[in-house]
Amino acid sequence: MTTRRDFLRGCLAGGAAAATAALPETAAARDTLQRPPEGLGLLYDATLCVGCQACVAACKRANDNPAEFTAMDKLWDTPLDTSGHTFNLIKMYRNGTMETKDSELNGFSFMKTSCMHCADPSCVSACPVSSMQKDPVTGVVSYDPDACIGCRYCVAACPFGIPKYQYDSPTGKIGKCELCRHRHEDGHYSACAEVCPTGATLFGRTEDLLAEAKRRLALKPGDWTTVPRGRLPAEGETPEAAAKWKGPVDQAYQAQVGNYLQHVYGETEYGGTQVLKLSAVNFQKVGLPDLPPKSSAATSETIQHTLYGGLVMPIAVLAGLTWVARRNVVPDDEEKGGQS
Amino acid sequence: MANQNLISLEQDERIEAAARRLSMDRREFLQFCAALAATLGLPQGADAAVAEAVAAKKRPSVIWLHFQECTGCTESLLRAEHPTLEKLILDVISLDYHETLFAAAGHQVEAARKTAMAENKGKYILVVEGAIPTRDGGVYCKIGGKTAIELVTECAADAAAVIAIGSCASWGGMPSTIPSIPGATSSPTGSSGVAQVLGKPVVTIPGCPPNPYNFLSTVVHFLTFGKLPEVDHLGRPKFAYSRLIHENCERRAHFDAGRFAMEFGDEGHRKGHCLYKLGCKGPETYANCSVILFGDAGAGTWPVACGHPCIGCTEQGVGFTKPIHTVAKLKNIEPSAFLPRIVEEKGVGATLGSAAVLAAVAGAAAGAGAMVAKNLGLSHQAEEMERAKKEGSKAAESTEV
Repeated sequence: MTTRRDFLRGCLAGGAAAATAALPETAAARDTLQRPPEGLGLLYDATLCVGCQACVAACKRANDNPAEFTAMDKLWDTPLDTSGHTFNLIKMYRNGTMETKDSELNGFSFMKTSCMHCADPSCVSACPVSSMQKDPVTGVVSYDPDACIGCRYCVAACPFGIPKYQYDSPTGKIGKCELCRHRHEDGHYSACAEVCPTGATLFGRTEDLLAEAKRRLALKPGDWTTVPRGRLPAEGETPEAAAKWKGPVDQAYQAQVGNYLQHVYGETEYGGTQVLKLSAVNFQKVGLPDLPPKSSAATSETIQHTLYGGLVMPIAVLAGLTWVARRNVVPDDEEKGGQS
Repeated sequence: MANQNLISLEQDERIEAAARRLSMDRREFLQFCAALAATLGLPQGADAAVAEAVAAKKRPSVIWLHFQECTGCTESLLRAEHPTLEKLILDVISLDYHETLFAAAGHQVEAARKTAMAENKGKYILVVEGAIPTRDGGVYCKIGGKTAIELVTECAADAAAVIAIGSCASWGGMPSTIPSIPGATSSPTGSSGVAQVLGKPVVTIPGCPPNPYNFLSTVVHFLTFGKLPEVDHLGRPKFAYSRLIHENCERRAHFDAGRFAMEFGDEGHRKGHCLYKLGCKGPETYANCSVILFGDAGAGTWPVACGHPCIGCTEQGVGFTKPIHTVAKLKNIEPSAFLPRIVEEKGVGATLGSAAVLAAVAGAAAGAGAMVAKNLGLSHQAEEMERAKKEGSKAAESTEV
């Protein structure tokens, strides 16, 4: 039988041990991660998009995904949303008579739905194993099915609703855009950007894409400007660096400047994303959430890592529980009898 | 329009005579009339009316003027095949003045024009080929001592209809291209279209050269119904110019699937993929080339089918203005019915039945939980009592024993 004094002494000792273990407690409060400097991404310009869905078809081909039918006739690939078998989709904002493109009232607008490749991805933060990972160089948020335990925390964590589980299979995987990283070795960049006829989807380093997006925002709507297509070469790119990628380099053409909202979506959202978006219609109306510059991954990891740092919280909770339990133990009659 | 049955016309004497006149057999002639009716988008039965009109009506007098042009429009007409157009323009219409085709020359031919105009006053068709120079009083193009402006004004005054054939006559076409010289605001000779010079709308058949059947169908429409076909705001007959080339293009499926030729002779180009990225102007050019094809040399003989991007020759501001390999601006960005909404409703909401079942299950679970909680510890108590009882009885037994 421990005396009350013994117990309190034990608690104190435990607390001290925990405190020494949790010394780097301040490190648990982590800042929102930023984009890697060489990070790759896409720039989607809704005003250039013509809704041809060539990118949707190319994505299916590049990722070996089957068609998904939603209509009775089962003739066309018509997914209603991204899924375990659809990593990229063009969705449409519709309003009223749908007469004018890129108009919020009585108009329509297109929006690409695919992984944003966040600087500080919630899915990577939520993944209990090492299945979801962010490449330190390219910044591609990748998925490793061999490490996946199928918990689908990433599905719940993503603010854009991107990772999707293949519910149709007993050995389902998570399906999401990985920026065609499996094709990078062969010199092919993202299939969606590769096929895009108007350069609405552009591949490149996010840094360069951001500069290009800002250049477009600074132009006067309706003016003619040169718009690159396919891959945006890095500023001052050497021929050796350019040779890494296949396909014609200069596919630029003349296009009219869209009536942009003065905002590059993905510049600061959740610490920035590597896929950037331009639109003439309110971003929330085309399905992109209004996100603060601080990522939810940073917030949740700060809380969690503070609580669990050096096992402080578990020990404290266990100590408290033990104390409550000990206090409530009523001595048995036999024990009583033995003692008396 | 009395006869609605093309087959019954086969025995008609007039048809027989018309076919002979055009050096065709009867069947060929009727097929030609049916094809024209189809090009015009006329309903079934109209082919018979066309056949009767071509066979029986007096050939309309046509005066054909040439100005700033290459004679390509005339050449394309001469090379049409069913039937040979030289027969047609001489026998279906009465071509009373045409500088390229006339055997006569000089004062003789000018006299022929004057005679035809006087004889068919208010009834003849004036066809203009080529742009009209307007700078410096129009001195850059003169025929028989008269400027193009004077000639077109004179001939149009008593014409029943004015048709501008080719892009040059339609809006100025190639000659109206503004040279890339600093300060240049118009072409060197101030080339203009017929409508601009006359100051009134005319029927235009743009193209470089235009499809001969579009011209022919327009004339036959006039012959059959006594009026010109319906036109759009640029004077183009709607039967031919109401849809974009892109809409009916044989390579359209490749566009939709994202299969593009990137360079001439590359794999995509050899496989017949979409030419949009090579600068095809199909998506911004209104014409029926993708429907009725071009050149009469069989299937696949219009520019896009041959592997060259459309240059937009029928479209003002595109043809001769935009560089050939500049990417076109899509004019028909129409929302596809297949595109999902931003937020797509999935499934149906809870039905009354399912809600009731769920509520019942939840209620049962809650009740069971409550009962379990209530009975917690009861079993232990009962056990204790049992043991106490047993011990009690044991004790009693022992005392008894």
